[in-house]
Amino acid sequence: MGSQPRLVEVRKNVLKQNDLAARALREEFGAAGVFVVSLVSSPGSGKTMFLERTLTLLRQNYRVAALVGDLATENDAIRLARSQAPVKQITTGTLCHLEAAMVQNALQEWDLNDLDFLFIENVGNLVCPSSYDLGENLRLVLISVTEGEDKPLKYPTIFNSADVSVITKMDLAAAVEFDWHSAYGNIQAVRPGMQVLKLSAKTGDGMDEYLSFLTARLSEVRTAAAIARETPCSSR
Amino acid sequence: MHELSIAMSIVEMAEEEAEQRGNVQVIAVHLKLGALAGVVKDALLSCYEMACEGTPLEGSQLVIEELPVAVFCPHCQVERPVSSMQLFCCGECGTPTAQIVQGKELEVVALEIEEWAHNPA
Repeated sequence: MGSQPRLVEVRKNVLKQNDLAARALREEFGAAGVFVVSLVSSPGSGKTMFLERTLTLLRQNYRVAALVGDLATENDAIRLARSQAPVKQITTGTLCHLEAAMVQNALQEWDLNDLDFLFIENVGNLVCPSSYDLGENLRLVLISVTEGEDKPLKYPTIFNSADVSVITKMDLAAAVEFDWHSAYGNIQAVRPGMQVLKLSAKTGDGMDEYLSFLTARLSEVRTAAAIARETPCSSR
Repeated sequence: MHELSIAMSIVEMAEEEAEQRGNVQVIAVHLKLGALAGVVKDALLSCYEMACEGTPLEGSQLVIEELPVAVFCPHCQVERPVSSMQLFCCGECGTPTAQIVQGKELEVVALEIEEWAHNPA
């Protein structure tokens, strides 16, 4: 028989590869001054419609582009291309989420310096994407009024990996007897202090507030980057 | 279901670590798994077995230590367990808090190894 088994310490994050790729992306985004927003939601919550409206409206004043993840088909990229913004589909095959390396690959042909905003639409899934950092500045979790007010209670993990919540399809709220206070309360229960925006991508209600929020965040990031550049100890 | 790709990463990581230590066989991999890591323990265990097949880790065990969510309570000024996964409040005084100090771990913490003495074939 062999010698006595012994225990050796390792201490390594299982997602180290992804975290390293995400860190590299974050540095690249920062250097190019592009503000990166990722979208997560369950399938059918209206991510693509929401993103199409976002791209169309932002495009009037900003340089925008989008990556869109799906298991199969280029349908979403075709829909998003109607906004006239550059769009690239990432088909994941059987993989239920995007990983940082896929984002790196998809971005190879694009010059990030030509962009103000980059949107990354994740695969429709409220479970798996929570584990994978994509180097984004902001992770936005969408729930639509048709999904029920208790979605946050069922998926506390994704709400704790996101930065902002957006409640969509508000135009249908009355028809499905959506209880805004209950939904808001449930988000606050699993993620105290989380900012929640409500809107309808279809009617445009609430889109102004959401877009102002994004553009304010872009300015913040650019100001911080400018200060960092002027500071002598900066590595750049 | 992303547990299989996680399991494959664990096996790969353990293989590399074992290789660095020379002529050793991995008997068990010890993992810390936070309740907010987005990974299901049972699914990971069965995927681990699959991921080990045909590798030097075949027959090894995955030992998972589950870590509950802990938050920093701004009122008590200490780390506390959360009330529940549906209520991110201090488990003692009930103050809501989003300052998570434990629960996102997905970490290989140790390997149980044995020198290869003979081939059990």
